[in-house]
Amino acid sequence: MSEATAELQEKEVKKSEPLFSKKNKKLITDPLNDDNPITVQVLGICSALAITVQVKQAFVMSISVLFVLVAGNVIISLLRNTIPSRIRIIVQLVIVASLVILVDQVLKAFVYDVSKQLSVFVGLIITNCIIMGRLEAFALGNKPGPALLDGIGNSLGYGWILIAVAVVREFFGSGKFWGFQLLGDSSVGSGLYSIGYMNNNLMVLPPMALIVVGVIIWIQRSKNTKLIEAH
Amino acid sequence: MKFLRDYLDSIKPNFEKGGKLEKLHSVFDGLETFLFVPRHGAQSGAHIRDGIDMKRAMFTVVIAMIPAMLFGIWNTGHQHFLTLGMFAGPLDGLMDKLMFGLIKVLPLIVVSYGVGLGIEFLFAQLRGHSINEGFLVSGLLIPLCLPVEVPLWMVAVATAFAVVIGKEVFGGTGMNILNPALTARAFLFFAYPTKMSGNTVWINTSAENGQALVDGYSGETFLAQSIQSSSNYVNVAGVPYESATDAWMNAFWGFIPGSIGETSVVAILIGAGVLLFTGIGSWRIMLSFFLGGYVMGLIFNAWGANEFMQVPAIYQTFMGGFFFGMVFMATDPVSAAQTNVGKWIYGFLAGFLGIMIRVFNPAYPEGIMMSILFMNVMAPLIDHYVVQANVNRRLKRVKVSNQ
Repeated sequence: MSEATAELQEKEVKKSEPLFSKKNKKLITDPLNDDNPITVQVLGICSALAITVQVKQAFVMSISVLFVLVAGNVIISLLRNTIPSRIRIIVQLVIVASLVILVDQVLKAFVYDVSKQLSVFVGLIITNCIIMGRLEAFALGNKPGPALLDGIGNSLGYGWILIAVAVVREFFGSGKFWGFQLLGDSSVGSGLYSIGYMNNNLMVLPPMALIVVGVIIWIQRSKNTKLIEAH
Repeated sequence: MKFLRDYLDSIKPNFEKGGKLEKLHSVFDGLETFLFVPRHGAQSGAHIRDGIDMKRAMFTVVIAMIPAMLFGIWNTGHQHFLTLGMFAGPLDGLMDKLMFGLIKVLPLIVVSYGVGLGIEFLFAQLRGHSINEGFLVSGLLIPLCLPVEVPLWMVAVATAFAVVIGKEVFGGTGMNILNPALTARAFLFFAYPTKMSGNTVWINTSAENGQALVDGYSGETFLAQSIQSSSNYVNVAGVPYESATDAWMNAFWGFIPGSIGETSVVAILIGAGVLLFTGIGSWRIMLSFFLGGYVMGLIFNAWGANEFMQVPAIYQTFMGGFFFGMVFMATDPVSAAQTNVGKWIYGFLAGFLGIMIRVFNPAYPEGIMMSILFMNVMAPLIDHYVVQANVNRRLKRVKVSNQ
């Protein structure tokens, strides 16, 4: 992590650089694969285990994190020259906390059922390592433009893993996708269930999320040659 | 045998480097070394190599499991006919029971081996290494530790999970931290609990025309009955045993419902004898495992807070998979502790915790599975401290001699 921090801080963007320069595009594409927050940096695992039972929850969670991270990154980046470095963590926390409360209230107002299922995990976005990590490592040392892109990139990198895990878990755990029954109704035993198929209860339990994330890491490392460590 | 050897030698060049079937080298190598002891001798120097390699060692374990497997096949039939009120005596209708058991158990074994070996061959091909032998044992252990009524597709899924996630992820046989067979069982236990526990999975109750289940039929295992009462046991036909001793003798011989291979202590002890005689199973683990379970049983007897705790310590070990786990699961040389002192600690705690989980949490009657998996995870830690203690002891000796 510390190496990545130093590296990113060196990437000070010059004034004349356009927003979508080659270097800035990497801010979005890197976290999707080579520098994924979950599978490579292994951050934000807690929420990846807890709210990936259903795709809908994972999607709402990803959107929430996207909002908090992008807004937080931009705000911190704007304030970066005025924040005294001794109290920067407190300032970051205050900003992230206010954003999270905002998200929480919006979710409660418009998607109450999902908000209820996500329960404490919306509030726990504050403690999501990815957010504090990006604020510390990137927003504090970069202009708002790149900070915006970095926020989008990292929350997309977080989001796609979350949704990928949720698709697998919801399909095998309850035979559904976004709440739609794909394999028939398990309660009355229609469709596939009538010939003896059963939902995999282990998929609903958190350990399986860890295994699914592990399998994604396995596939990713065997495909992406940059991630193969030298012995 | 000679013609087979000659034939293998004649087709061997095809699979060597540059041959037309080079890609299938690992498959050929796997079959050749399975059929014949490989000629991997030392090229120079005075090295003596034992003729027994991993395939031979694994096969000895398979032989040790045969008594438990045969008994399990017979018992599957025995329990089935008991629920129909037929062939009450152990020797009545022997052929019928064996045939019925064979029809039920053989598919489980075939599916387990088929899926597991298929994945092993695939990975060996993809990674270009020779085929791992470990599955010879796991493939038989998996069906033996399952209830007879488990659907075949679940066995296939669990076997695939155990081989891929339990073993290949870590690098194949010899690298796995968990016992693959128990991984498969734990997977099924948590994924499909209704097919792995309860009162309906242990016995096949399908009746043919004109047959009916006996009155008072009960599919409960002894473990399930112990929660209610530690003295009044009934057999599957609902008939109470004449005395407590009678009930426990039945459990000792294995005439009770349970997972296919786990019921008979006698059959498992024969297997244990084979393992100990050939030196493949560790007597330290078996003995300390038994002591651990026995001591925990004594502690519960002294405590005696509920019916389950009052089950006599020695009988506690006759139930469930205690002996099966002790002889075939805990002694797995890969996932067990490696040091001698470590084996004592590992075995003792596995038995101790197994009985503890079983009694404390009736939702997990098969505490033995949990405790062995738990101790599998702890084994490297135990070994680390045993080795460190040895290092420290010897360092002290150096300091003394320096003075």
